Amino acid sequence: MNNILLTLKDLEASIENKIILNKLNLEVKENEIHVIMGPNGSGKSTLSKVLAGHPSYKINNGSIFFCNKNLLEMAPEERSHEGLFLAFQYPIEIPGVTNYDFLRIAYNEKRKYLKESELDPLAFMKLTEVLLKKLKIKNEFLNRNLNEGFSGGEKKRNEILQMLLLDPKLIILDEIDSGLDVDAIKIICEEINKNIAQNSSLIVITHYPRILNYLKPTHVHIMIEGKIIKTGNMELVEILEKDGYQGIF
Amino acid sequence: MKYPTWANLNIKPIDFQEITYYSIPKQKKKLNSLNEVDPEILKTFEKLGISLEEQKKLSNVAIDAVFDSVSIGTTYKEKLAKSGVIFCSISEAIQFYPQLVKKFLGTVISPIDNFFGALNSAVFTDGSFCYIPKNVTCPLELSTYFRINDKDSGQFERTLIIAEKNSQVNYLEGCTAPKYSENQLHAAIVELIAFENANIKYSTVQNWYSGDEEGIGGIYNFVTKRGVCIGKKATISWTQVETGSAITWKYPSCTLIGKESSGEFYSIALTNNYQQADTGTKMIHLGEKTTSKIISKGISCGFSKNSYRGLVKIGSNAHGSRNFSQCDSFLLGSSSLACTYPYLDIWNSSSIVEHEAKISKVSEEQLFYLTQRGISIEQSISLLINGFCKDVVNMLPMEFATEADKLLSLKLEGTVG
Repeated sequence: MNNILLTLKDLEASIENKIILNKLNLEVKENEIHVIMGPNGSGKSTLSKVLAGHPSYKINNGSIFFCNKNLLEMAPEERSHEGLFLAFQYPIEIPGVTNYDFLRIAYNEKRKYLKESELDPLAFMKLTEVLLKKLKIKNEFLNRNLNEGFSGGEKKRNEILQMLLLDPKLIILDEIDSGLDVDAIKIICEEINKNIAQNSSLIVITHYPRILNYLKPTHVHIMIEGKIIKTGNMELVEILEKDGYQGIF
Repeated sequence: MKYPTWANLNIKPIDFQEITYYSIPKQKKKLNSLNEVDPEILKTFEKLGISLEEQKKLSNVAIDAVFDSVSIGTTYKEKLAKSGVIFCSISEAIQFYPQLVKKFLGTVISPIDNFFGALNSAVFTDGSFCYIPKNVTCPLELSTYFRINDKDSGQFERTLIIAEKNSQVNYLEGCTAPKYSENQLHAAIVELIAFENANIKYSTVQNWYSGDEEGIGGIYNFVTKRGVCIGKKATISWTQVETGSAITWKYPSCTLIGKESSGEFYSIALTNNYQQADTGTKMIHLGEKTTSKIISKGISCGFSKNSYRGLVKIGSNAHGSRNFSQCDSFLLGSSSLACTYPYLDIWNSSSIVEHEAKISKVSEEQLFYLTQRGISIEQSISLLINGFCKDVVNMLPMEFATEADKLLSLKLEGTVG
């Protein structure tokens, strides 16, 4: 039996007094891949932001437990240290801050939280070089400013590099396929399968089933109006592809 | 002369009668070397992270330390003398090199140039003097540390740097003062003179006491700094990191006389709590094909007020001249103020002047991204600010750049509520 990683119970969240998530329930265990699909405005992206602790959203009701700890009592950085990782749909550009500095600070902050000693710049360089090789990324990637002027594909690969480095327990992929061509999606998914999926659980938020050709979900959820209305397996995706959301009801 | 009131600053009236115009650390005899400096004074400098002894041994920097009204010691004098470079206190220079001092002192900034310049010219007692002879690249970076220690004292030092034809020098200046609840006046003058093909790079990291969180106390930093490029292809470059002082009011400027000479101004001004800054530069193009570049980064936090004020003047004979200005402001919180006052005064049609300005705030999305990766809000903000300032910090010499980064982070502590 796999251990339970994440439990959402009757979660209600709102932004500017508008309720977006409405009595949402979800349970994710270790080594599972959950896909959440739904039409525009169904609250998929809100779910990812609420899990990561975005300050704009208010939690009105319900609970979130992550590794048996109350996630709602944690600041975003603590959630990160505990092993929650959100891969952004549009990774943010940070001018003037090199990718290297950013990665090193993020990595050492996690080590500090876990009461491990920080890595000095040289040791950290060695560690990242191994990861870069794994992802077939050139070293100069580290000297560029964080996401500034990166192509869509480069931004997403940088997210994966961060995942490898921070070694999270649960990864939320928020429309990781947006802005990528078919080939790039395939490469990114292969990298996730090869390097990450064995040790982490995934919540995959997506509009398009094509990403599911590469990531094999254990659970498929359909979300409408802030609520999961149906849960199943890949068959659900096939119905969806044939008949659209109408076919689900 | 009238007290100037045109700046975007609220200044409590200064009682000029109350200021101590001369203050000297207690000592019995004249010092011949640093070893004879009062250990107490050296300890004070060490506490500030400025160890004259250490720096002397470890780094390639020659230091002059000015304490209240007098210079207390200059390091590396002999090594510099071998290459012909003179680096000493200005009081020594007056004794030993009177012909140089007489020829150049007050030629860039006349005693009647402005109110605080006139005050300095009337009462100054010491400062640093530096002379780089023809064809000499100064083998060390030169540095002066200023310290106001006495409670009632003002500081009115003067710096004079002369770079002869084909010479080069890097000059660093650092400032600190202890906490007192009274405002103290620092009205210094810095004059730079660059002859043909000479290159002067002047960097400042200013961390005068800025007053407490309610804006009580702190230094009034009213300084006149100006350089003149007399010869062809001469270059003067000002870099300043202004984090301290209750009020900073200064415009390090360049007068470009020599053909193809150039002036540069790189500035970071960070104001927090109730600090005020009205700072910028003047680039006066007089010679043909002269160029200037201005990059200013202002960061306002708390209830502070941060203004950039800059003049680019291109004279009628300065044909084919060029200026580029970039003024970026960064606002933290909702109670701080950022202003930009660019003045452009162009007298010929063959010159090109460019001005770019940008105001940014910390975006919630940037913070969310960084905190999601495990970086705390405070650290994220300091990362964003350091990124914002990077173009300018990169212009500083290595060890100053590290100091500046640390200082910026330190000054931002407690800005996030």
